[in-house]
Amino acid sequence: MLCPLFLQENHIHEKLVSLSLPQKDFVPFFLNFLREQTGQILTNGPSTPAKTLNSKALGNSAGHGSQRTGSERRAGNTTGSSSSRMQLFTQKGSANSCSPDTSFAPSAVSGGSPAFTGSNLSSPSSDFPSVVSNVSPGFGCSPVFNHSERRSAQKANLGSFFVAMPEVQPTRRGRRKGNSSTSTSSRQVARDLGRCLADEEDGKSDNTSWSGGRKKRNEVLGVSASSPPDQLNLNNLEEFPPMCASSGFTNKSKPSRRINPTPVSIERPLSKPKMCFTSTPVSQSPAARFPSGASHEAFVTIQEGNVASTAGSSLQEEREMLKKERCKLLHQASSPACLSLEPSTPTKLSYTRNASLPPEGHLMTCAYLSKVSCKKQLDQLALLYSSCIAENLVPNIFLELFFVLQLLTSRGISAEDGESDLEFNQGCKGAVERQHFHNVHNCVYFAVQVLDRQYEIISHLEKGTLKLLAENERIASFSPHLHKRLRQAYESSTAKVSLLLPSSVQSVSFQPETDNRSNFPSDRAFHIFKKQRDIFYELLREWEDNHEKPAWDFERVLGNKIRAMMAHLTATCNHSHFARLFQKQLIQMCKGPVGGGTSWGDTPDQDVLNMLGCDDLSRLKRLQERFVAPQSIRGPCPPPSFPGCQQFFRDFILSAGSYQFNQHLMDNLCLKILELDGLTLVEHEPSDGEADMEEQDEKKRFTVVLMSLRLLAKFLGFLVFLPYRTVEPPTRDLHESAVALRNQSLPVLDVLKLLQRAIQGRRTILTIPWIVEFLSLVDHIAPFLDYYGTVFSLLLQVYRSMVPSEDKEMSFLNKLLILAVLGWLFQVPSVPEELFFTSEVRQDGLMMDTMSSAQALDSATLVDQQLLYTCCPYLGELRKLLASFVAGSGAKNGGFIRKINPTAAESLAPKPSVSQQKLQAELEQAFFHNQPPSLRRTVEFVAERVGSNCVKHIKATLVAELVKRAEVMLQEKVKEDNTNHDKLLDEVCTELYEEGAQAFLKGREFCRKKGPEAVRVLLPEETSAAVLSSAEDIAVRLATEKACTWLSTNITALIKREVRTTFSRMLKIQGPSLPSEDTQEMKKDCPPGCQHHAPFPSEIINEIKDVLCVAVGPRDGDEAIRYAHLECLLEKLSQTLQCRKFMCPTSEQQLAKCTIELASLLVSDRIPIQGLELQTQKYPERQRSKNHPICNLLTSLLSVWKEDFGMLVPVQLIFSKKNIGYVAEAKQREWDLFLFMLHGLVEYNLMGNAEIERYLQSLQEFAWPSDFLKELETLSRVFESELHIEEPRTNPCELVRQSLGTVTAQS
Amino acid sequence: MKNAAAPVLLELANEVDFAPSLMARIVLERFLQEQEQGIPSKTLINSMLRDPSQIPDGVLANQVYQCTVNDCCYGPLVDCIKHAIGHEHEVLLREMLLKKNLSFLAEDQLRAKGYDKTPDFILEVPVAVEGHIIHWIESKASFGDESSHQSYLQDQFWSYWNRFGPGLVIYWYGFIEELDCHRERGILLKDCFPTDIVTLRRSMAQH
Repeated sequence: MLCPLFLQENHIHEKLVSLSLPQKDFVPFFLNFLREQTGQILTNGPSTPAKTLNSKALGNSAGHGSQRTGSERRAGNTTGSSSSRMQLFTQKGSANSCSPDTSFAPSAVSGGSPAFTGSNLSSPSSDFPSVVSNVSPGFGCSPVFNHSERRSAQKANLGSFFVAMPEVQPTRRGRRKGNSSTSTSSRQVARDLGRCLADEEDGKSDNTSWSGGRKKRNEVLGVSASSPPDQLNLNNLEEFPPMCASSGFTNKSKPSRRINPTPVSIERPLSKPKMCFTSTPVSQSPAARFPSGASHEAFVTIQEGNVASTAGSSLQEEREMLKKERCKLLHQASSPACLSLEPSTPTKLSYTRNASLPPEGHLMTCAYLSKVSCKKQLDQLALLYSSCIAENLVPNIFLELFFVLQLLTSRGISAEDGESDLEFNQGCKGAVERQHFHNVHNCVYFAVQVLDRQYEIISHLEKGTLKLLAENERIASFSPHLHKRLRQAYESSTAKVSLLLPSSVQSVSFQPETDNRSNFPSDRAFHIFKKQRDIFYELLREWEDNHEKPAWDFERVLGNKIRAMMAHLTATCNHSHFARLFQKQLIQMCKGPVGGGTSWGDTPDQDVLNMLGCDDLSRLKRLQERFVAPQSIRGPCPPPSFPGCQQFFRDFILSAGSYQFNQHLMDNLCLKILELDGLTLVEHEPSDGEADMEEQDEKKRFTVVLMSLRLLAKFLGFLVFLPYRTVEPPTRDLHESAVALRNQSLPVLDVLKLLQRAIQGRRTILTIPWIVEFLSLVDHIAPFLDYYGTVFSLLLQVYRSMVPSEDKEMSFLNKLLILAVLGWLFQVPSVPEELFFTSEVRQDGLMMDTMSSAQALDSATLVDQQLLYTCCPYLGELRKLLASFVAGSGAKNGGFIRKINPTAAESLAPKPSVSQQKLQAELEQAFFHNQPPSLRRTVEFVAERVGSNCVKHIKATLVAELVKRAEVMLQEKVKEDNTNHDKLLDEVCTELYEEGAQAFLKGREFCRKKGPEAVRVLLPEETSAAVLSSAEDIAVRLATEKACTWLSTNITALIKREVRTTFSRMLKIQGPSLPSEDTQEMKKDCPPGCQHHAPFPSEIINEIKDVLCVAVGPRDGDEAIRYAHLECLLEKLSQTLQCRKFMCPTSEQQLAKCTIELASLLVSDRIPIQGLELQTQKYPERQRSKNHPICNLLTSLLSVWKEDFGMLVPVQLIFSKKNIGYVAEAKQREWDLFLFMLHGLVEYNLMGNAEIERYLQSLQEFAWPSDFLKELETLSRVFESELHIEEPRTNPCELVRQSLGTVTAQS
Repeated sequence: MKNAAAPVLLELANEVDFAPSLMARIVLERFLQEQEQGIPSKTLINSMLRDPSQIPDGVLANQVYQCTVNDCCYGPLVDCIKHAIGHEHEVLLREMLLKKNLSFLAEDQLRAKGYDKTPDFILEVPVAVEGHIIHWIESKASFGDESSHQSYLQDQFWSYWNRFGPGLVIYWYGFIEELDCHRERGILLKDCFPTDIVTLRRSMAQH
């Protein structure tokens, strides 16, 4: 048998070493063979991962001569002449070939030799590679389109097999493939033609298995093929219209390997040709025909077009024309911002086609085991194929599984059912060219066989997929055994997966430790950053609100704002702060699996279906189709994208276009990546429930770390390769010089070293997934650089060595994750496809530590289906494919939504193990060795926290105290010497430093007190006393070490900084304020038993304001204030001031000012008071004076000022020019009230005599009317003279009258 | 000194339908400008408006003071009343928080820690109000109208959100209902202290 032989060879069979080259080429050949064979039958899902290398579509022979395709070249280079090839597979000559190019040997295909024989393979003369390049259906004339470009050529070739062509229009270059009822694929046509030709040679007419009309088509094709056009311009929409537009050739479509259009350009020197592993089964992607600059939308349009029905041809043509126009427009409009990496949408859409169901009424064909032909061969093929998958010989095992599922679910037209087998077998051609997969039955049989052998992998898929497989009636009928196993797997599976996550924007919290003023060089930088932070979120919100609106354009709307922001950052060197914010926000928003849109999962359509039930199957199917269409099947290898919120960050970086920012961001990302990559997990204690929980926690932590790493690495990769990103791969010259140039520069992050270390330390499960993300964004050159080349080959080595099976080294799902991400990487557009097949895989084993350490992660069961599918959402394509098959068949699918709430990873900081005494350290390690790992974790954790708390505590107590003392000292010193502030500061600080030494004592004390408490609480109750006390001691020691290390280096700087800030604050306060105010100190508390029912300060101010209004005027003639009201107001004022609860400094100051104003107005009789007479009458006749009541008010005010205010009232304002002016303006100057006021001030100790005298003196300097000036002088004299009459004043008013008499007498 | 008390400035302001205190400011500005041959500093003007006795011209001082006292919307006196009301409501809010046993950091504590933007209260342990998680509470002793709310959002609320996450704004004197449209995003409006508060502890106790 071939396959064992091959596999043995793979494991270095001595005799076969010489065949390593053919060996290498076998797999691609084989894969392509399968793709080709099945091409015609696959109508479901995206046309598969085709891997054809050959079957050049159309081309001109001239092109051949000068520029040969890679495959041809290789054929020539490696194994010589094309004729030798024929020996391998056929004795038939190349008679069928219409092509002058000898390297095409359609006969190789049609040749009937039993190709797969050991002898053939081992024959030295066999020319495997050339076979590979010629496995094409014997479409001899298949000319190469443009051999100069490798990949695109392949695509073209590939496409030729997928291109569908409506039967009605044989000459059209149909690219439609999907609709089974009306169109046949051109691939089929090609094959038919080939076979037909062969048949003819055999003297046979037509093969019966094909529907009528084919022959005719063949003829047509023959004609068209034999007269190829002169030169094909792939970029020309006229020549290559997107769809079924009518123009000459059938086989011209160029399926892209991926969605990203690879440009048509000069050949790439190093790349090997034809290994066309269409990652994305996009197949016909006419898209690929556009130069890659074309915007993706262009493809989308076309793809959509493909889905369009073949309804009327004329209508179709009109549509095509419209589409062409649109394409052109889009083409022109393609924005510069759309680097080759566009957000996911285009991808999604470009894969849209083909998920469609057959038209109504045409339900899928049933597959019957009984109708399977050539079982034996199929068995062998299945075995061979399974072995390739199992041995990781295929570049992406999930791609193959996808293909197999496509076969399983194929709805192929099987009009030919049964009838042909006999004849077909009679015409038995070579194994290679024979149609093993010409009907659904064979395909399904093959698929089921393969699935059976891949059961282990399949059984690890998520539950929904398993359910669909278990319920698949084809599997049930073809292999009851597999069906049973799948049922069991499904029933026992707990691997429900959901990728739905609420993603809403959350902000990064402000952390004083990193964000407050002391982290910035200047006030300005601090304040500017404050603004930048707000602007950043404003942008984010704007994006969030609008980015889904159709006309919204990131660059247009936000571009300038972002650049302005960058300019500000540059001006103040704040980039590092902003980069940190950016990175944190990035993680915050995008660490969830989807980062926005879901690509698969429990789709609403299923729920709808479940609700509706399944009565009307076809209606439901159509409904299903409508639901499925938008999210359709994208194939298992989408290109890297920035889904959801990630888009914002990517566009932000692009729009900012700031070198400084990018650099800082890269620094930040690198640091964070290194930090996270160092994750250590604790080994789990076996079995008991507690360990289970721990394991869950660890798993969760691992998931979070892994997701963050992948995200960060993706952005790092984006930034690192951004400068080199080109839309098209460079030409050979450019390529070489670029490689030479760039080989000189150092990588930003040493991923090679990290990878090697990870392999060695068995940490690949963490490291590889993020390295893959990083590398997925490489530019076209990078993989060819020495450095990255080594990385890739190392990855390939890992891939090959990671045979999926359960073993001790690594759990199955861990492996599956690594295989999935690597497989995906190998399909990424800018990763050269030849990498997989041509790189020498070194055979030397990967260096690994045999000792499993705590650092090793690979052996832990860390990956579950949830994580696997989160990291590789494209695996969900398998399920989608299956779902689209059963669509509406009543299976109650899924419906589960499980939310993952990733918890923030608290990194357990590795302890600073600076132990002077080695022995002690060893003892300590030994102590932990036999204890559960949680003990060590607890101790380290406690030490870390207590140490840090200790520092905080010392800052808050000791340092704060010292600073307070410094403030007092400084205040005194400033009074003495207000000139040299720096000197003062230094003096004070030096005094304090000595006391700062206390910090160590206090710190030690703190740790000694807090450490044990914490340890005791955290460790299990049952911990033995000795263990507990040791643990406590270690925790205390570590904490003390940590705290003291910090303190010793920072305490002096800390004290100085704090003192300095306090000092500058002090100076600031002192500066402008009035001298009397700087001692203002909020007075005391409320009186005991205060109910806080006093009126609010604001009310009182308001009321006083009203009084002032009336007093100051203007007022109506009779407007006045009732005396009682004033009395009451002052009473309330007193209450309000006594209750301190609602008082604030501003209120109190205002109250003080207003009351002084009020007093001044009262003194100068400016307030019209109602009911004064009434008041006066209350007094005995002797004392009756109209002033009495006002004196009462003034007394109340004085008392309030003295007793109730919590601050010093600036009573000196009474002597302001304005307030004295009130007196001056009075018609009848009321000096007695004023004098009363002055005495009151003295009496209430609000002002000293001398002070008042001074103010009175200074008043005389103003320009007053002369009579007023005189009165002032007199007043001043009277006040002075009275000072000396020290007699008891029982009645102030009495006294005032006396003295006033003196004043009048004297004047 | 004749007619010094005649409300010239005030009437002028009324005539042109201008806030008296603003009118006073303008006139004072021009006065100082002429006197000192230069544009007077803002601080000086503010200080003079707050304490008109500093104004060199007695007549003008009286006029300015008259304007200030008679203005019911603007000016130092009204500002001070607003400030006082604001403070009083903050105190009331603090009372309520204490009563509800919700521990918080107040503005001054936050400032001392070096926060660059500080809401009135940050809850040390977030709570849910009407199903929305809030981290901070801002008290606004005013009516939330369109324009003031927009400027508050711009200058304060979003800034708080940017730093501390979602929060609650209490407009003690009510607000236009339509403005409460950022609930989902994390800015909740209320006109009183919320009653529907779920705390972490309480909800855990239920389980």
